[in-house]
Amino acid sequence: MLGTHAGFILAAYGIALMVIAVLFVWILVDGRAQRRQLADLEARGVRRRSARTTDGEKA
Amino acid sequence: MRLIDYANPTRFLGLTDKLLPWIAGATAVLFAVGLWLVFFVAPADYQQGETVKIMYIHVPFSWLSMFCYMTMAGSAFGTLVWRHPLADVSAKCAAPIGAAFTFLALATGSLWGKPMWGTWWVWDARLTSVLVLFIMYLGLIALQETIEDPARAAKAGAILTLVGVVNIPIIKFSVDWWNTLHQPSSVFRAGGSTIAASMLVPLLVMAVAFTGLFLVLHLMSMRNEILRRRIRAMRMIEAAGAE
Repeated sequence: MLGTHAGFILAAYGIALMVIAVLFVWILVDGRAQRRQLADLEARGVRRRSARTTDGEKA
Repeated sequence: MRLIDYANPTRFLGLTDKLLPWIAGATAVLFAVGLWLVFFVAPADYQQGETVKIMYIHVPFSWLSMFCYMTMAGSAFGTLVWRHPLADVSAKCAAPIGAAFTFLALATGSLWGKPMWGTWWVWDARLTSVLVLFIMYLGLIALQETIEDPARAAKAGAILTLVGVVNIPIIKFSVDWWNTLHQPSSVFRAGGSTIAASMLVPLLVMAVAFTGLFLVLHLMSMRNEILRRRIRAMRMIEAAGAE
């Protein structure tokens, strides 16, 4: 189906898939780590200045 | 609400929370259609045979390597001129994605070059200028990682990014200005595209799909960076409170 140079075609698509998958997983894992750290800080009662201002305005 | 109002990181997070699933879904559909066209509809080239299938990923990677850099340049301009709160986040997050796409443009080009040109690599203007772009991406990532203060890192990165813009027209016109093994532009050229519609349509579908992928990865990465900066600010508040 892919002719005499099938190896080159498959290698090109394979490396593209691999690099994109690594990039996607890296961003996904990083996002989870950031959300976990943020939740941890919020659980300890740490608030950003802007969040505290908003809370104060609401109160 | 005006567009500029989305410069607020909290509003940006809310907007991307709603938009990302739709963009990701549209990108997945475009990839499915594009790959079906590439592997089951598009004809083999009369000279290159099936090897032309590499074009459907190599060309979008090459376009996106430059598009990503221009996104960074626009963001760098926003950082230096308007000190836009999301401009630096955008520039910083586009760099690793641009580096990955540029690497893939080089790698897939090399895998296409070996069976067609008989060599993996030549030091001609097009290939060398794209390699320079890849090194610039790596330099910008290194610069942003080595300066701890985000404001200083943003300014230094923005200046370096804008200086590097000079490489983009060199890449684009290198095939016209110098003798090179690389073929001249076939799609965006004066006088119209020289590619048959049966190959052009799959190529454009794949290019739009990869642009969607860039958008998804960029927005996801920007959301992470906004959270990272919030965490940094909260840790500083916590440390100041502990003193």
